[in-house]
Amino acid sequence: MAVAQLLPELAQVALLLALLVAILQGVLPLLGAHRGIAPLMAVARPASYLQLALVAIAFAILTRGFVVHDFSMRYVADNSNTLLPLAFRYMAVWGAHEGSLLLWVLMLTIWSAAVARFSRSLPMPVVARVLGVIGLVSACFLAFMIFTSNPFERLLPMPAEGRDLNPLLQDRGMMIHPPMLYVGYIGFVVPFAFAIAALLDGRLDVRWLRWTRPWTNVAWAFLTIGIMLGSWWAYYELGWGGWWFWDPVENASFMPWLAGAALIHSQAVTEKRGSFNSWTLLLAIAAFSLSLLGAFLVRSGVLTSVHSFAADPTRGLFILVFLGLVIGGSLLLYVLRAPRLEDGKPFAATSRETLLLLNNLLLATACAMVLLGTLYPLLADALGLGKVSVGPPYFGLMFLLLMAPLVALVPFGALTKWQRDTPRTPTAMLLPWAGLSLLLAVVAYFMAPQGALKTAAGVLGAGWVALGTLRFVWSRLRANGRFTPEMLGMVFAHLGLAVFVMGALLVEAQNMVREVAMKPGQVEDVGAYRFEFRGVQEAPGPNYMADRGTVQVLRNGSPLALLFPEKRTYAAGGQVMTDAGIHAGVLADVLVTIGEPLGDDAWAVRMHVKPFVRWIWAGALLMALGGFVAAGDRRFRRRPEASPA
Amino acid sequence: MNPTRKRRLWLVLALVAAAAIATALIAMALQRNVAYLYTPSEVLRGAAGKQARFRLGGMVASGSFKRAPGSMEAHFAVDDGDATLPVVYTGILPDLFREKQAVVATGHMRGDVFVAEEVLAKHDETYMPKEVADKMGVAHQKHDVKVPAAGATP
Repeated sequence: MAVAQLLPELAQVALLLALLVAILQGVLPLLGAHRGIAPLMAVARPASYLQLALVAIAFAILTRGFVVHDFSMRYVADNSNTLLPLAFRYMAVWGAHEGSLLLWVLMLTIWSAAVARFSRSLPMPVVARVLGVIGLVSACFLAFMIFTSNPFERLLPMPAEGRDLNPLLQDRGMMIHPPMLYVGYIGFVVPFAFAIAALLDGRLDVRWLRWTRPWTNVAWAFLTIGIMLGSWWAYYELGWGGWWFWDPVENASFMPWLAGAALIHSQAVTEKRGSFNSWTLLLAIAAFSLSLLGAFLVRSGVLTSVHSFAADPTRGLFILVFLGLVIGGSLLLYVLRAPRLEDGKPFAATSRETLLLLNNLLLATACAMVLLGTLYPLLADALGLGKVSVGPPYFGLMFLLLMAPLVALVPFGALTKWQRDTPRTPTAMLLPWAGLSLLLAVVAYFMAPQGALKTAAGVLGAGWVALGTLRFVWSRLRANGRFTPEMLGMVFAHLGLAVFVMGALLVEAQNMVREVAMKPGQVEDVGAYRFEFRGVQEAPGPNYMADRGTVQVLRNGSPLALLFPEKRTYAAGGQVMTDAGIHAGVLADVLVTIGEPLGDDAWAVRMHVKPFVRWIWAGALLMALGGFVAAGDRRFRRRPEASPA
Repeated sequence: MNPTRKRRLWLVLALVAAAAIATALIAMALQRNVAYLYTPSEVLRGAAGKQARFRLGGMVASGSFKRAPGSMEAHFAVDDGDATLPVVYTGILPDLFREKQAVVATGHMRGDVFVAEEVLAKHDETYMPKEVADKMGVAHQKHDVKVPAAGATP
């Protein structure tokens, strides 16, 4: 018992030790690699493992605090109570700022240890530099946590009952959303550390670059899943029926995703053709810097966002300084060292290189566009132009303009040869499929009940990318039928893009929503769907009281689903939250939420019909799958001949 | 000019053209989609006069919320400590919408009434949008209106 009471202090000590180890991991191997001192470089790997162990101990102790209701820990008392179900207590660990930072650091140390473990094929100076850079990053985050947001602070005297985890976060999807997102965010530290190592060394070895490619793919795939879960959560939990709001917090995760997607493609060019060398390094720096910027935007509260939770400006300042150091430092290094890198090999105007260059330009521009729109309110405020917000139409329009050419070019990429190709070969291969997708689009245009133009555009884009990608599969099958995992990954990811385009445009085009006051027995029609409101009863939950509505949904006259939208009032804090009743379908979702009672037994009821909305997340999952499959290519793990074992 | 130089020149020209087009488009799209935030006293002073669509920020005035029985039309007033402005909104209000809580509504003026298309309250009941807090800062000091602080709400 006495030992158990001291556990938070033990965690405190573990974190301080982890900070010390991180500093050692940052300084000694870098020094060793610079001076060529082998024993100093050898510190990198054990330091990585030790750091992971120490942070894992701290994480386990915080989790235990939630499980056993140790309210003497301020963080536990603030984010949990005795009514909170066990599953949610596990995830409450990262339900607020301090704990999510600990999760962030845990992920970072896991990546670091993984690099230490799976880098045997690399020369020791490279390993030392990469792990050294990760160590420095880790030291910054640990210092940030220990000095500004300590999750192990005591609350004495110990309260008998805690407050509550934000009810919006009491949800299964939310349990895995932050870890996935963080694995992705932090994963970009590996290509970043590699880029810094290459710049410090002054040369870019293709064999090392080959080694970083799967890491980028895996990080990007996790980030894709994280964003997808966030979007899905916003859809069913916020009850607005939207799946993407161009909100600053969403943009914060989307910018590194765009940079990461560009990085995956440019790394392929650099590794296979030796072109785009400096650009690849710059993108690796950008992807990680944008991850940090994302953390800053989310944590500092400088931007007004629907996702903002209580934030502390001093923390924002710390991250801002950190951000300045990382971005400023790495860009300075880039400016000094990048010109020394070898020039790329020349390529003709019609070649796969050119197409991938266009891909990178479009993705980078889209990323810059999102960055500008996200930061514009800050800029306007700083310049005294007033308090502004940038509306979703800006992002929607710009994104469509930039992504349309990208979608148009995707099928050409895989079918065009490296270095030089005649433009006629891929065009001839794709022409029939372009015709077929156009035909499908025309059919869709006349079949669509509403939003015909957008529907047609969605079918055209999706059909074109899907058929063009399958055309590549077909020509491979005819050639020799062999697919490397790298190719399969590309096929999955591009098919995912097609599925996503279909979902995103069709739900925009055909989405229907009605908000009406309904009395029990009242019937309303939305498109081919009929909603019959059967009234509202009280229904108690484990830690809340709900007003539960009953709504019968019929499609074309036959019963489809019985939905139970809820309005929950949580016992601790009295926060009110909506829980939507959803019937999920491949072709359309039906979503019902109830608002407040309007008197006379009437309730405000909102009914949505969302065609193809699931395709958005299915597409994202396919893209993530593509990232994982491509990362599994053995070619990346082959030991380079000349390296010391 | 040798071929490499020529290719580079074309590349640079294409990049400059693309950047110019992108900048122009972005500037245009931003101009059209930026919504300014005003407080009721600024609106009454005429600061928002020329703008068709803007955002109104402040606190929901105590005792101002009304809804006709069986109707989706909600009436309330937004208060910044100096002035109040009546607002009308048709639809379901966010869960955290409450009197004496901060809101940001997007919409336009129709006569003396602000017609809201969208009403935002925050995820977190103790959270006040920073820009609203900044805007209301002066009013708060003058009138000693309580800023919602962590744990202050029942």
